Amino acid sequence: MPKRTDISSILLIGSGPIIIGQGAEFDYSGTQAVRALKEEGYRVILVNSNPATIMTDPELADRTYVEPVTPEWVARVIERERPDALLPTMGGQTALNVAMALANDGTLEKFGVELIGADARAIALAEDREQFAQAMRRLGLATPAGQTIRSLEEAIAVVAETGYPAIVRPSFTLGGSGGGIAYNRAEFEALVQHGLELSPVGSVLIEKSVIGWKEFELEVMRDAADNVVIVCSIENIDPMGVHTGDSITVAPAMTLTDREYQTMRDSALAIIREVGVAAGGCNIQFAVNPETGEQLVIEMNPRVSRSSALASKATGFPIARIGAKLAVGYLLDELPNDITRTTPASFEPVLDYVVVKVPRFAFEKFPTADPTLTTQMKSIGEVMAIGRTFKEAFQKGLRSLEIDRIGWVEGANPAADRLDDADMSTIKAALRRPTAERIFQIKRALAGGASVADVSERTGIDPWFLDQFAELVEAEAAWVADPEALHPGKLRSMKRMGFSDAQLGRLRGLPEADMRALRHRHGIRPVFKMVDTCAGEFPSATPYFYSTYDEENESIPDGRPSVIILGSGPNRIGQGVEFDYCCVRAVLSFRELGYRTVMVNSNPETVSTDFDISDALYFEPLTLEDVLEIVHIEKPMGVVVQLGGQTPLRMARGLEAAGVPILGTSPEAIDEAEDRGRFEAMARELGVAQPPSGTAMSVEEASAVAERIGYPILVRPSYVLGGRGMQIIYDVESLRRYFAQATRVTPEHPVLIDSFLEDAFEADVDAISDGTQCIIGGVMQHIEDAGIHSGDSACVLPPYLITEDQVELMRTYTRAFALRLGVVGLINVQYAIKDGQVYVLEVNPRGSRTVPFVSKTTGVPLAWMAASVMAGRTLEELGLHDDVMQPYVAVKEAVFPFNKLPGVDLILGPEMRSTGEVMGIADSFGMAFAKAQISADGALPLEGTVFVTVNDHDKQAVVPIIRRFHELGFRVVATEGTARHLRSRGVPAERVLKVHEGRPNAIDLIVSGEVQLLINTPLGKLTQQDDYLIRRAALQHRTPYTTTLSAASAACDAVIALRSRARTVRSLQEWHAMAREAATESV
Amino acid sequence: MTGRPAFVLLEDGTWFKGAVAAPIPPAFGEVVFTTNMTGYQETFTDPSYLGQVVVMTAPMIGNCGVNPEDMESPRPQVSGVVVRELARRHSNWRATESLGGWLGRHKIPVLTGVDTRRLTRHIRSKGAMRGVIAEGEAPTEAIRESLRNSPNMAGLDLASKATVAKPYEQGTTGPHVVAFDFGMKRNIVDMLDAAGCRVTVVPATTTAAEVLKLSPDGVFLSNGPGDPAAVTYALPVLRSLAEGGLPIFGICLGHQLLGLAFGGSTVKLPYGHRGGNHPVKDLSDGRVLITTQNHGFALAGGEDGVPGAPDLVVTHLNLNDGTVEGLRHKTLPLFAVQYHPEAAPGPHDAYPHFAQFVRSMGLQSDR
Repeated sequence: MPKRTDISSILLIGSGPIIIGQGAEFDYSGTQAVRALKEEGYRVILVNSNPATIMTDPELADRTYVEPVTPEWVARVIERERPDALLPTMGGQTALNVAMALANDGTLEKFGVELIGADARAIALAEDREQFAQAMRRLGLATPAGQTIRSLEEAIAVVAETGYPAIVRPSFTLGGSGGGIAYNRAEFEALVQHGLELSPVGSVLIEKSVIGWKEFELEVMRDAADNVVIVCSIENIDPMGVHTGDSITVAPAMTLTDREYQTMRDSALAIIREVGVAAGGCNIQFAVNPETGEQLVIEMNPRVSRSSALASKATGFPIARIGAKLAVGYLLDELPNDITRTTPASFEPVLDYVVVKVPRFAFEKFPTADPTLTTQMKSIGEVMAIGRTFKEAFQKGLRSLEIDRIGWVEGANPAADRLDDADMSTIKAALRRPTAERIFQIKRALAGGASVADVSERTGIDPWFLDQFAELVEAEAAWVADPEALHPGKLRSMKRMGFSDAQLGRLRGLPEADMRALRHRHGIRPVFKMVDTCAGEFPSATPYFYSTYDEENESIPDGRPSVIILGSGPNRIGQGVEFDYCCVRAVLSFRELGYRTVMVNSNPETVSTDFDISDALYFEPLTLEDVLEIVHIEKPMGVVVQLGGQTPLRMARGLEAAGVPILGTSPEAIDEAEDRGRFEAMARELGVAQPPSGTAMSVEEASAVAERIGYPILVRPSYVLGGRGMQIIYDVESLRRYFAQATRVTPEHPVLIDSFLEDAFEADVDAISDGTQCIIGGVMQHIEDAGIHSGDSACVLPPYLITEDQVELMRTYTRAFALRLGVVGLINVQYAIKDGQVYVLEVNPRGSRTVPFVSKTTGVPLAWMAASVMAGRTLEELGLHDDVMQPYVAVKEAVFPFNKLPGVDLILGPEMRSTGEVMGIADSFGMAFAKAQISADGALPLEGTVFVTVNDHDKQAVVPIIRRFHELGFRVVATEGTARHLRSRGVPAERVLKVHEGRPNAIDLIVSGEVQLLINTPLGKLTQQDDYLIRRAALQHRTPYTTTLSAASAACDAVIALRSRARTVRSLQEWHAMAREAATESV
Repeated sequence: MTGRPAFVLLEDGTWFKGAVAAPIPPAFGEVVFTTNMTGYQETFTDPSYLGQVVVMTAPMIGNCGVNPEDMESPRPQVSGVVVRELARRHSNWRATESLGGWLGRHKIPVLTGVDTRRLTRHIRSKGAMRGVIAEGEAPTEAIRESLRNSPNMAGLDLASKATVAKPYEQGTTGPHVVAFDFGMKRNIVDMLDAAGCRVTVVPATTTAAEVLKLSPDGVFLSNGPGDPAAVTYALPVLRSLAEGGLPIFGICLGHQLLGLAFGGSTVKLPYGHRGGNHPVKDLSDGRVLITTQNHGFALAGGEDGVPGAPDLVVTHLNLNDGTVEGLRHKTLPLFAVQYHPEAAPGPHDAYPHFAQFVRSMGLQSDR
């Protein structure tokens, strides 16, 4: 069947902001789907609120709506664009839920929109756990014993049958949100109640636990002629009980015989047919009893997923791309295998390598969060590694994580591995609890002599995997003891097991560079093999490579001048999809200029690792060793380090030392900006004010600096992204505490201390320079005051409360810094404005987090231009002019993972904690802010009750804000002090009891749904328990909240806009046309 | 790499380093690769691999050990095995022995630590050829000489070596199938049994008269090793049974023999089809089956038919290279497939062929 001609326009829904459980993988899938549909000549309309994505680049879809991904707003887009069809399967659970809502409320029918890929019936069947279990029974397939319930009473009746531990799974939530394992009645009741609240349909599945069973996943595709293929099998190393997103996983499955694998495959085929995924892909999870081989079907997702992205990267089979084509009517055998180009897509990929995925956690950002891994996902990113053997892939994966470990090595001390001490009894006891550190505890256990059987019994991990780990531990021990360890044969055999130069060097007390030099002297280098979907059976054309220590190299550059672009590695807080956006735009730009583009990255969720983005893709760890080996093969004209965040930037000096040309801004300039002393000198030289500051290597030095510049101070380690370890400190005791906890303070990495400018405005400027000219991309004002990390603050472009001459001053300073540093490429400068004075806070001569937001707002593709500039073109040649005040407003809002991490406070600070961002764009600030809040899942109320409780410092400033809410007709309730203050200024406010004052209190009010908006500013450094409980209650009961006054004031503007203005949608293409028009007029 | 240095040498002089666990005598055979990611035990015990050195493209082999249930014949049939890595420890609740131990017990050498992808790509571009696994840091002239003198697969009748010595039965009720064993996989008998047939397995050289004496309702032609063109003795037997109107079902070698019996010819494929992911299109309804394959020869022909055999209709095609994957007779109740519907190892998409055979016997007896 060829493609359908009865439809011509297709709406695609994206997944919104990056959150735990819904990451960059949907940018990858969605981008692939848009490209695949465009290729077929369809008009593609996209809705996604996330500006950091590649899919929202206005050049990709025909119409790009950066609007809230909610039924209400997507319906507006449908009404305006009248698409023929809606493809709901590319934007994760969010898109599926919105599509279902639009199907159920009649919107799709009203506007004649057909669901393609998966219809409403199939989605409902797969997502409703009760219906799904029934369908499995019809097929004769077993599911864990359990039942869907709608009330706590029902739940208690069910668990009486199924027993503890019990699995609680709310229906229709993503990433296992709200789910968990209950070991007793109290935990069970809490989970069920929370789950019922989180589930959009108010139902929860109570399931008999199969903790400890082996967990597998199959990625399945089906076409309209009922042809079905399995794209990939994935085996979880961590057994059932740990969410697959949090588990180390392996592809293909390692411990299944053919008999078991085919049984699973048969089930998968039956399931996709029974559920009725008409044309597309799905992911099916199975549990296998290690004692008997009994198989259970756990769940099915009728859409692309994190696992399908992983499977695509692991096999070379582009699931989203093929899925999109199947959705418009193609059959699998009508589509080519894009890798071989000679065989059809109707086949099952075979692997002659092993793929290991390792989750990346961020518990260091959330020290109070419960680190136990459970059925609710907690990781925020992942890496994938490819090797010829499991051991090689595993070791490559572990060294890709960006967690300050050189690979699978024990932490510097027991605490780093979440152990109280290094006793074997302590280690063994710890093994029973899955955490991010368990994989390192396992190494300690095996190295200390624990048997594979013992570790397997404690962890539930299959002995096969543990024996692989044991082989590595034994190899290390033997190599260390071997007097001939450095002989070529011995060294080579260690490299074949995946040990890095850094690991080997450490084992022998040699610097990494010396170990590498020795290895190179012996001619021991990796070869690069191709990922070709067919294990070498057919010739393949696609240059998608991984390194391994084998004999034959398959990567042969084509002779054109090439550019290597280093990606950003695993997504984590502070370094997310926005850097992938920059890398991809740069790749496309270099390609257009005729260069051979070579992408290096280790993150399977990304667009940059799609094999047809660059001319060659190396799926490799982003370490100096791995990059140098690629450089050795590719011999590039230069390497781009400024677009992938800190990861490549940290490599700049090492690459330069190895004689590798760095494109764009020099490592020397990067260093000048990062080095505190040199930076201060430069700012002084340029006459730019800075907050008083200093650096310190010890607590004594620090307190001397603090005495000099006065408290409060802002302290942070140098060379970090995302404000890791950054704190505002009000007194010397806190300073001492900070130093006691700071792990890595060295002369190379001192602590930076700034005077903290209380109540200052902050602003970010993104600009581009060619070395002789610097052009401003955009000036953004933060909505939150100074002290809140720029990545966590909402911001607005253009600025709205800064004076024209202050803005002009920042532009002038930015140009001065760029030219003084000789920036070639992007630069980001952060400023604070206090009492009319503009201070520079930091200069980052690299692509920043805000580049995609600025580009989506203004329509100027900064990253694309940066690549051109790095390739030697001038801004004049590019025809780039200074930014113009566009006639509309864009607001970026941060999105936080608090609801996924029980035990974490919601207050914001200098340490970044957001995982993603959204953008609202509108004619007015209020509406743009309102849209951003809706997109960030914090839709503001139009009426109802505002509950205010603020600290003394804010009592004065909160009055006008609350007065406006009062005038809008809101009922105001407040805790005693705040209420008294408000009343004294003529704002009526009812008093509500604090938690410790008795009941009914503030929390009762929130729980009973009587509060529509919470305004709560934290009480100084030491958070009061009361405040914390109030904020958590608001979070759990989905009550919108703000923890800063500036956001409260913006919220008021937004409420007014929502009540008074039409809610309209407009595509980026239309906004940008308005900006161009304004620019023409201003010339 | 642990163990004793060893290598696999190909007849074009190319060789690949590896290691063996214990001393071995040289092991000769046609070197072929299979892309199956699961089912190494079924592969190694499949009689179609008799006389071959099998290269596993999947790098991690032996993870599940071996068990008594996954045997496709009573013993490993391969001459040797080449892998990237052999598991030191296995893990599976059905396992009774390690793969390395089991192969060692049967004196089948396993060469480990080989760049199997390089070897696979070499075979892909140069074709399957004879080879030898032997000990040593590098091949000697003596071993090169012995390799040159080893038997060549083309023209080799291995079916008569792989077949049963005397007939045996399985199943007690249902249509009676006489199955020619040219090197038959265990699971074919089990599938026929499960489909409700009474099966009498007979040696490859059984005559038509002997078959008819068993009063069969249908005849089955099995898979098997070697060159189909060398199995000349079977062709007149098959032809006369077919023309007698007996329903016939052939798999793999059986498929090729039917083609030959009706006038077609076979060709040696450059490097064969061996794996569990080959897409085959059923030309009757356009559906695609993912199939298990294991053959070095193929029936000449294509979508338009089998040259020299005007009475045969091509029913299935391989979507990767367009080779003939299935046929039927225009008037007689016979059909055959090149792939392995019994799977083991591999996907079960083509299981329905057994029911199809049973139906064809039913139709015939109704007449």
